[in-house]
Amino acid sequence: MTARGGRAGLACLLVLGSAAAWAGERGIGHFVRQQTNWTVVVTFVLCIGITLWVSRLAASRARLSMDYYAGAGGVTGFQNGLAIAGDYMSAASLLGISGLVFASGFDGLIFSVGWLAGWPVITFLLAERLRNLGKFTFADVAAYRFAQRPVRVFAASGSLIVIVFYLVAQMVGAGQLIKLLLGLEYAYAVILVGIAMLAYVLVGGMTSTTWVQITKAVLLLVGTSVMALGVMLHVGFDLDALFAHAVAAHPAHDAIMGPGGLIRDPWSALSVGVALMFGTAGLPHVLMRFFTVTCAQEARRSVAWATGWIGYFYALTFIVGFGAIALLYGNPARHFVGGLPARGLVGGENMAAVHLASVLGGDVFLGFFAAVAFATILAVVAGLALSGASAVARDLYASVWCAGESSSGRELRVAKLTSFALGVVGVALGILCERMNVAVLVMLAFSIACSANFPVLVMAMLWQGCTTRGATLGGFAGLLSSTALSLLSPPVWEGVLRMPVGSAPFPLISPALLTMPLAFLCIWLFSRFDRSPRAAEDRAGYAAQFIRSETGVGLSYRSSR
Amino acid sequence: MSRPSAPYQQIHDNPRFQALVARRNRHALGLTLLVLVLYFAYILAVAFAPDWLARRLGPGMTMTLGMPLGLGIIAVNVVLTAFYVRRANRDFDREAAEVRKEACR
Repeated sequence: MTARGGRAGLACLLVLGSAAAWAGERGIGHFVRQQTNWTVVVTFVLCIGITLWVSRLAASRARLSMDYYAGAGGVTGFQNGLAIAGDYMSAASLLGISGLVFASGFDGLIFSVGWLAGWPVITFLLAERLRNLGKFTFADVAAYRFAQRPVRVFAASGSLIVIVFYLVAQMVGAGQLIKLLLGLEYAYAVILVGIAMLAYVLVGGMTSTTWVQITKAVLLLVGTSVMALGVMLHVGFDLDALFAHAVAAHPAHDAIMGPGGLIRDPWSALSVGVALMFGTAGLPHVLMRFFTVTCAQEARRSVAWATGWIGYFYALTFIVGFGAIALLYGNPARHFVGGLPARGLVGGENMAAVHLASVLGGDVFLGFFAAVAFATILAVVAGLALSGASAVARDLYASVWCAGESSSGRELRVAKLTSFALGVVGVALGILCERMNVAVLVMLAFSIACSANFPVLVMAMLWQGCTTRGATLGGFAGLLSSTALSLLSPPVWEGVLRMPVGSAPFPLISPALLTMPLAFLCIWLFSRFDRSPRAAEDRAGYAAQFIRSETGVGLSYRSSR
Repeated sequence: MSRPSAPYQQIHDNPRFQALVARRNRHALGLTLLVLVLYFAYILAVAFAPDWLARRLGPGMTMTLGMPLGLGIIAVNVVLTAFYVRRANRDFDREAAEVRKEACR
């Protein structure tokens, strides 16, 4: 497996390298100057090579299927905290938020605040319970005392839909980045990203992605810090001067300093607020990270570290966005399509930070920053594919299809096939969604996560009366309603399907405000009036689950394996 | 698994366990409530009082009220998380380990 993975990695490097060389020969597109493209390209390929190498190194130690999904348990809280932050600080945070700030100013801050505010709640209420109850996927926790089959079918469906939305956002970010850097067609760029993602995932599994996430989190924190420092240096470390520059430069002037650029009506603001905060606790690839540490204490410690890094990072992204406003409008010929700000940034709104990097540090920094952004996206995408793979292999194939009678070899095969299928779907949808802001796409993934996975998880863990029927039907109610309304909401209806502005059947930007309460209500209702024999069993099972979730008794610590 | 097995039952009946869970839940729920109130106050302000958030901090300044508030909420969240984890890892976990030990004897 390792040898095959290594070859896949090598092939991917060759593809990237030759694409880069090809782009170099014909002189790269609009905004990177011709004589300098090799700096960018060399840094770029080097970075991909290094992360793949780290990935291979770790993979040579991953043999059991347990290692493939959940690491070897040898990850400390500090390391896991960095890995969680790495999983979470995706293209959406870096490119999306800075792009959002660049376009609408203040509203980017709402995303920063909301994406952080979910973490304390996870720490206080969920982290150690998750660790004490779970093994591989969040379905282990959701289905702990219930009939396995229905709840796992739900959990796998919820995971897959959230993962697909999230994956598409990353694909769009990476595709635009590659398109801008290498001058490739957007579609080829996305396909290239898909190939690189599969190479990552098929090489190692969770152990390797843990190390990729850590490497990448450090790179990302360094890169963003340097960039924010550059911006502050430019304005003499006077934050207010930065805002004054930005207001003078931005076509919307004063409007960028208050809410309303993106989120225009109050109910959308509330709905987005709900989605951002509670969505975090329903993301399958983030929840999975709680199972890679040895005990509840390390789980807790890792969330604390993660929260710190993420908070620091989001504060910086905001500065980077305003830096982009202040600096890019000064040189429209270089950064805007046709030299006209009204026609938008070259490469799209999501590329504001990339343009800023070239202004601040020239081509060397541009190369470094682009490589970091790309590695970030690859690592997030790999983590997503992996948790999608384990949802299908463990929850659908092993537990439902084979009723617990599968071999770990066959399971691994299913996992790899799923990764491949997810790659294909991600690429196809990524091509369709070219024009969307990636932060908005991710916000939709959060809306679904907080309407489907989160309510089931909370009710299963904290409410004795919850039954199999309630969890399954309530979960599906949240999942289907939020998915349907997301597709009918303005971002998808008008942004992807190209319907006229104002024609979206569902008026709010995010459905979470309606669909999350709906899911809770349905879980309660169906559980409350569930008189089946299974329901009695479910309720009786709560006591044992409760004690294990509170103390960790009965948990086989991996370190003592 | 309809009835908790022996060590589970033993833990369940242990008054120290009951006290620990009550104390930990009080602590965690209090902090959760604080975070929720802060965050939703901010979101409600975004929704219904955007002009208030867009007020300048002072004459001659460009920065608006919503910005330090938003960054402040991020900072407070990070601090509260660190505070909880410190307390849980030092205090609650020792107690939980002892409860577990008593049950396994």
